[in-house]
Amino acid sequence: MATFQRHRLTPWILLAPQLAIVAVFFFWPAAQAVLQAFYVEDPFGLGRTFVAFENFTRVLASAEYYRALGITVAFSIGVALGAMALALLLAVLADRVIKGAHAYKTLLIWPYAVAPAVAGVLWMFMLAPELGLVSAWLGALGIDWNHQLNGGQAMALVVMASVWKQMSYNFVFFLAGLQAIPRSLLEAAAIDGAGPWRRFWTITFPLLSPTSFFLLVMNSVYAFFETFGTIDATTAGGPGGATRTLVYKVFEDGFVGYDLGSSAAQSVLLMLLVGLLTLLQFRYLERKVQY
Amino acid sequence: MRYRRPGLDIASHAVLILALLAFCLPVWLAFTAATHDQASLYTSTAPLWFGDQGLGNFRSVLSEPVARLGTDVTRLLLNSTVMALGIACGKIIIAILAAYAIVFFRFPLRRLCFWLIFITLMLPVEVRIMPTYKIAADLNLLNSYAGLILPLIASATATFLFRQFYLTVPPELLEAARVDGAGPWRFLKDILLPLSKTNIAALFVIMFLYGWNQYLWPLLITTESDYMTIVVSLKRLLSSADNLVPWQAVMATALLAMLPPVAVIVLMQRYFVKGLVDAEK
Repeated sequence: MATFQRHRLTPWILLAPQLAIVAVFFFWPAAQAVLQAFYVEDPFGLGRTFVAFENFTRVLASAEYYRALGITVAFSIGVALGAMALALLLAVLADRVIKGAHAYKTLLIWPYAVAPAVAGVLWMFMLAPELGLVSAWLGALGIDWNHQLNGGQAMALVVMASVWKQMSYNFVFFLAGLQAIPRSLLEAAAIDGAGPWRRFWTITFPLLSPTSFFLLVMNSVYAFFETFGTIDATTAGGPGGATRTLVYKVFEDGFVGYDLGSSAAQSVLLMLLVGLLTLLQFRYLERKVQY
Repeated sequence: MRYRRPGLDIASHAVLILALLAFCLPVWLAFTAATHDQASLYTSTAPLWFGDQGLGNFRSVLSEPVARLGTDVTRLLLNSTVMALGIACGKIIIAILAAYAIVFFRFPLRRLCFWLIFITLMLPVEVRIMPTYKIAADLNLLNSYAGLILPLIASATATFLFRQFYLTVPPELLEAARVDGAGPWRFLKDILLPLSKTNIAALFVIMFLYGWNQYLWPLLITTESDYMTIVVSLKRLLSSADNLVPWQAVMATALLAMLPPVAVIVLMQRYFVKGLVDAEK
């Protein structure tokens, strides 16, 4: 790569805005979070005492934390699998019809632009007890829907709203991945007598694995963090903590419960978790994926 | 092709169209609900067809202060627009400059700067929310546009994408420019920026959506309705302690909240898809 070499000051001028913003709004708060995790703040915010790892042991010993962890895992699996399976099915169909694939893409892409909180509100209306259309349909089937009381249904609500929004993102990638698969491979298999089902599982699906893996990571990150808006606008972690994910718990303990030390410790644990996921993505899983 | 089966094609179209309808259902119901008045909404289940209010509910939320919000939705739309544009433009500008420095210059500590910037890719704002809030409060940024915008610019997604793109620029271009006597600023302005036009458009779409759809940060940092964004306002509209949820107003506001980002994604779809697929590389 050719470069400018004799300019000593220019690169620093160019970098200054980015470095300043990152320092003030990223490193400083991240360092604060780490520091805070080792202190206990007194309830009036007047002082704090160093407690070493007590915040962590307290968090890791609480049943609430493991419950939130379990809920986060269940929620992420639900969202990632739901959004990916649905997107893959539709992408495969859109890919095979050829005529209209582009039109379907245009018509399916827009939910991606809808804010998670707005998606949650739209679904909450459809499933509102007494008022909602879908909850009325479910009622006719004998299912008494009330996500304000039933934890499982509250979870289903946020999963559906999140899947609805995320599906279009996955669809775009799966369609692009499918269109990149050489037609000759599929034709050869067809001539050898493989039916559509067999062709999909032995050719298409393995060739899509890089896309699928990338999407799995993106969907997990989405389910972990971006769905905060969906959860807060619809169930607010309830009923009885049935939709309280790890991120929601950080928010709740920090801003509602004012337990700053615990909230910070949870933040640090989350950072470690995300770091681990990223590492896993780069080091381990990527090699196993067939290209 | 030999293996085409017309029967399967028809079935595929049928499933796709069904899926499309199912995907549009939430928005359709929101639209029909927004054209009813509250009394008729609460008499039966949600209507599948329009009511007698026409666009009256939209007009009233846009022009009159909405109960529980203390301001009209026009103001909220303005706030969201300022925030989304601020984040999109701010990110793109600082990213172009920073990526330019990292790719086209050699200077001491370059690798360190690279890592300092790119480590931010790993931690979304939700994770460091408490201390960031504290810092924003210390800097007097609560209830201000700067407070809404600046902390959300502190991630390196855009910088990373520009870096990837700059690495594909042929080195001969830089050499030719240098031979012709162009300095770094000239090269950036006359050669690099015109080349990055589509990347800038793609990033603009992605960052605009990112900014518009933010939830947690604006929720924390805006306590006054003058700076509240429209996405955050929905929760306030819904939280009714005593009386019934005004679904017609909620749905009108929700539709107004999704209109600008959906318009951006539909109008700039070409760039958006390109931006997404580039981000993967």
